[in-house]
Amino acid sequence: MIAVAVGTNRIDPYLIPALDGVAYGLLVFVAASGLVVCFGVANILNLAHGTLYAIGGYTAAALLDGGWASLALALAVGVLAAAAAGVLLAGLLTPVAAGNHLTQALLTFGVALAGGSLLVAGFGPDDPQVRVPAALDGSVVVAGHRYAAYRLVFIAVAAVISAALYLVVRRTRAGMLVRAAVDDPEMVACLGVSPARIRAGVLAAAGALAGAAGVLGAPIIGPGTDTADTVLLLSLVVVVLGGLGSMAGTLLAALAIGEIQTLGVALLPSAAPFLLFAAMAAVLAVRARGLAARWGAT
Amino acid sequence: MIRRARGAVAALVLAGLVVAPWMVDDYTTAILARTLALALVGVSVALLTGVAGMPTLGQTAPYAAGAYACAVLGSRISDVGVVHVVVAAGAGALLAALTVPLVVHARGVIVLMITLAIGELVVTILGRWRSVTGGTDGLAGIPAVRPFWGLPVLATDQARYLYTLVVAAALVGAVLLLLRTRAGLLLRAGRDDETRLRASGHRVPLQVSGAHVAAGAIAGAAGSLLVVAQQYISPADFGFDTSALLLLGVVIGGTASVGGALVGAALVIAVRDWLFGVLPGHAPLVLGALFVATVYLLPSGVNRARGRLRPPSAPDATAVREHATVPELRA
Repeated sequence: MIAVAVGTNRIDPYLIPALDGVAYGLLVFVAASGLVVCFGVANILNLAHGTLYAIGGYTAAALLDGGWASLALALAVGVLAAAAAGVLLAGLLTPVAAGNHLTQALLTFGVALAGGSLLVAGFGPDDPQVRVPAALDGSVVVAGHRYAAYRLVFIAVAAVISAALYLVVRRTRAGMLVRAAVDDPEMVACLGVSPARIRAGVLAAAGALAGAAGVLGAPIIGPGTDTADTVLLLSLVVVVLGGLGSMAGTLLAALAIGEIQTLGVALLPSAAPFLLFAAMAAVLAVRARGLAARWGAT
Repeated sequence: MIRRARGAVAALVLAGLVVAPWMVDDYTTAILARTLALALVGVSVALLTGVAGMPTLGQTAPYAAGAYACAVLGSRISDVGVVHVVVAAGAGALLAALTVPLVVHARGVIVLMITLAIGELVVTILGRWRSVTGGTDGLAGIPAVRPFWGLPVLATDQARYLYTLVVAAALVGAVLLLLRTRAGLLLRAGRDDETRLRASGHRVPLQVSGAHVAAGAIAGAAGSLLVVAQQYISPADFGFDTSALLLLGVVIGGTASVGGALVGAALVIAVRDWLFGVLPGHAPLVLGALFVATVYLLPSGVNRARGRLRPPSAPDATAVREHATVPELRA
């Protein structure tokens, strides 16, 4: 405590970026967890994942009017729409399920291209404004600084979502099936669980997570024409850095990326464009051999 | 017999490409020149995806490095095109060499993820590093080049197109020759059965690294051709959709065939350019639908690529046998 009090002046200007980094990191985690599940279980590189997030973001922009009811409505609609898009994607993937990753990835890219075009056609080419509930529109004072109330609440909500996700994956039957399917898909199929159903369920869950992240994160990474690309890139970097399939690793990687994108930019503005690249290069180069062993098994 | 017929078709296509600028208008000639540059990147994608077994979505990274090195550095060093090609190939190879540690231990779909992240990060850097790259506005007003010392400057669209064609043809020829050597044979052997090749003492990671750097150099050289063809570059030329289109083209072409990659990539890029011309608003929607339709219609590409995307720990006997009977790389 004493050290913190003494150091306050020096760390003071970086407190807000650091807090922003936590919000950003948790948002990226919720978005990326869908990609992790999708990749880990269904073994599909879902290039349409950013589009699923954008569905949530556009829903939030269209439905939010400053009241709590509209937030609940937007969350419900966004999650359902993105989950439905996930199921649709699973349906499209069924005919090529026996094929290779390359064609599956290309198929999801085609869906992303078409989906992005439909979103722009439906909501217009301009980046829409997102109105957060009026009660959260102001700012609160954190350690002597003003900070957007919405982001503070978002940190709490995203932490709850992350904890719930952990419990679902660890403790429920669905979570156990999902983990079992990662380890041994043939055995799970022998137990009488259809791989197609697991794939549909996983893509729906991935869509729901991305949709929830899109609605709640719309004031942070707002909907727009390049949202899908941005979210896909951040999620990919996080999934790769997190060690592909480990939820705890993904969370750590997401928080690190969040801090790099906010605190790192505040500390080293001239190096800002290279920070994300350098972080990925450094971690991958250091962990390459350890990860190779794990990747060999996927 | 088949080989002779294929050679005749290739010669016919090449002759058609040589006379093409006098058959079409200047705008189409410029578009053709850009398509040639992209088809050359497609060859580098095929080299990695099909021959080395490393499916990539990130060849736009060395392509961009080559183009920007050519536009920023090349024009200060000299106005000779050959020098630009060398500078651009060097830049592409350097970027590829720097990213080797990231991809060399990964296989299959993980390479796809990592290379995609690399490509996107390079585009992000290009968009933000304003002082050098001009940011998202790109670099315009790039001075014209002369192909070789003593030759006149490339002033017309026809001249630029022919220059692009000659350089692209020379590089494709070099790739074909390279693949006929022992190195090309070992590369394909490493793709088909890595464990077996390691057991006999070959350094598969070294071969893969070499292929990665070589593919980077080719993509970088293609970047210098893009600068000549377009006389303007911006990060939008190197986006993720370009990578995906090229990969689709390479898969259509049969993944491991250089000639197939050239034709497939050119076809896909031509369809994209045509769609954006006739359907300005809805081109991505139609293009996306075409992607899905093409993937459904791709039985041979799927079967041929299936085995080589398996992780090395689980070699599939049937897939390996399949490869042995597949005649590849006769281009």
